[in-house]
Amino acid sequence: MKMATRTSSLAALVAAVVLAGCGSTVKLDETPVETRTPTAVSASARGAAGAAAGGTAAGAGAQSQVATVDLNRSAAGGAAGGSAAGAAGSAGAASLLGRVVYFDFDSFVVKDDYRALIENHARQLAANKSRRMVIEGHADERGGAEYNLALGQKRAEAVSKSLQLLGATESQLEAVSFGKERPAVEGNDEAAMARNRRAELKDR
Amino acid sequence: MPIRRRHFSAALAASTAAALLPAMRPAAAQFRVEISGIGATQLPLALPRFRDEERSGEQISTIVRADLERSGVFRIVDSSGVLDERSQPRFAEWRERAADALVAGSVSRLADGRFDVRYKLWDVLKSEERAGQSLAVPAADLRLAAHRIADTVQETLTGVAGVNATRIAYVSRAVGRYTLRITDADGEGGQVALASPQPIISPAWSPDGRQLAYVSFETGKAVVMVQDVGSGERRSVASFRGSNSAPAWSPDGRRLAVTLSRDGPSQIYLIDLDGGNPRRLTSSNAIDTEAVFSPDGQSLYFVSDRGGAPQVYRMPAAGGAAERVTFGGGYNISPALSPDGRRLAYITRNSGFRLMVMPLDGSAPPLALTDTSDDQSPSFAPNGRLLIYASRGGGGESLMTTTVDGSIRTRLQSTGVDVREPAWGPAKR
Repeated sequence: MKMATRTSSLAALVAAVVLAGCGSTVKLDETPVETRTPTAVSASARGAAGAAAGGTAAGAGAQSQVATVDLNRSAAGGAAGGSAAGAAGSAGAASLLGRVVYFDFDSFVVKDDYRALIENHARQLAANKSRRMVIEGHADERGGAEYNLALGQKRAEAVSKSLQLLGATESQLEAVSFGKERPAVEGNDEAAMARNRRAELKDR
Repeated sequence: MPIRRRHFSAALAASTAAALLPAMRPAAAQFRVEISGIGATQLPLALPRFRDEERSGEQISTIVRADLERSGVFRIVDSSGVLDERSQPRFAEWRERAADALVAGSVSRLADGRFDVRYKLWDVLKSEERAGQSLAVPAADLRLAAHRIADTVQETLTGVAGVNATRIAYVSRAVGRYTLRITDADGEGGQVALASPQPIISPAWSPDGRQLAYVSFETGKAVVMVQDVGSGERRSVASFRGSNSAPAWSPDGRRLAVTLSRDGPSQIYLIDLDGGNPRRLTSSNAIDTEAVFSPDGQSLYFVSDRGGAPQVYRMPAAGGAAERVTFGGGYNISPALSPDGRRLAYITRNSGFRLMVMPLDGSAPPLALTDTSDDQSPSFAPNGRLLIYASRGGGGESLMTTTVDGSIRTRLQSTGVDVREPAWGPAKR
């Protein structure tokens, strides 16, 4: 009896495998992937579960408890609100009033196209020593977050150095980086990425 | 002492399961475990519903079953029947169902509002008890109790520590909203640690699992923060001129290695947890970043482009001469060390970005673990058997886990938002 059951289920297995073989385009040497969708459990839902079960202080003292800090509700989050403000200028066009320097792939060289832009800002900084400027470096989306942060930093430093060579002082400038975290434009074609490899000059 | 396992072709079972699943278990379509590799072994285990678990609000037995199945080491067999940890199982019957092991338990409410989750694990073949526990937990820790049961069962039967009771931190990104999230290792029970309109990157768990260091851009630049996960209390640890990033905890939990640009180029510093006493460890004119400590605390592995392109280097934790560790390819970043310190995971760039693992004793060449092209941010599970990483596919960024030999992978998909920057928490919490 038991033997018979096993045999018939084996037959079902074989049939299923054959069917799977017919209907699937998955290559056999590919590692299959499991897909899961995480569901958020809010604190109130947990509380409700506890309450439904007659629980009192469901979360108190729980090792699983995570306290939420929400900066969207506080003023602090708005400090750096103006994102990519200067990025509206067209790529490559180094106007005298421009505030964005674009870079080649994997490059930190401030191209000669931007000489006038740098000179203009350096002159204004030299003329008014109370002026302060922050230079934000950015990278395109390829690669790791931290390495791109360092790349963006290197671009911002390069612009800062150029400004200092033309009369600005170090104390007027801070070079910072957003890495790949704040692209000027979304998209992963070369045109989008060229717009994202940049340094933005901002007054503070 | 691992018990005997039944061998069968897992590849066969995987395709069978895939073919039968829609018809047999329509409600479980979301959750699928598939294993590749001929000769994989799985231990058949029966796990009936825990008595009175429905009164707790969590399906304890379902969570334990899912954990054990996802490990790839267990196969759940027909588990119908009513019994709990006090029952005397009729082992002959369970052998009839081809179960090698049996877990049964119960959930009851305590006078103080907590729940007592009890269970026993039996070796069906030897007709003997192997483990048993009583876990008294508040309602919010019921999932944790279930994960602990799965870990104990797995460790008892296989000798390998489970990671079901661990947590994972990661960052989700929707338009203008960045969220640092913490979930159980099965991707469930998600909670928010930080919601911000500005980017968050590089979360790193403290060795005791109670704090997260991360990089926040909330003040308009990269600042290293440390946050107590349970209380939400947070403080800035490195907020010097320029960028402050890439936090890594020393194994004793007292210091962080960080990348600072306060002196010009991005360099690695050691800083006390209160933000005091920053000491510069590298002095190159290149990019030095992404430091991680070796588990013994003696060495730091980090990324540097001092040779013209980013590669992984190693130096004494107090600073000093660095030696290059990665050689293949012109771009190797994001080092992660296995908990035993023997393996290095990193991301290499050739046609795309791919997760690699190499033994540090040079006994084998680096192994590509995936066939995707945009892998990022690898992080080892505390048992050293699994890695979590971010990748791209199916229209967005998602988190993946893989065994260290690349044989089993799972995807944690999030709808509508990109998820990235995963960090696997320690065994403690």
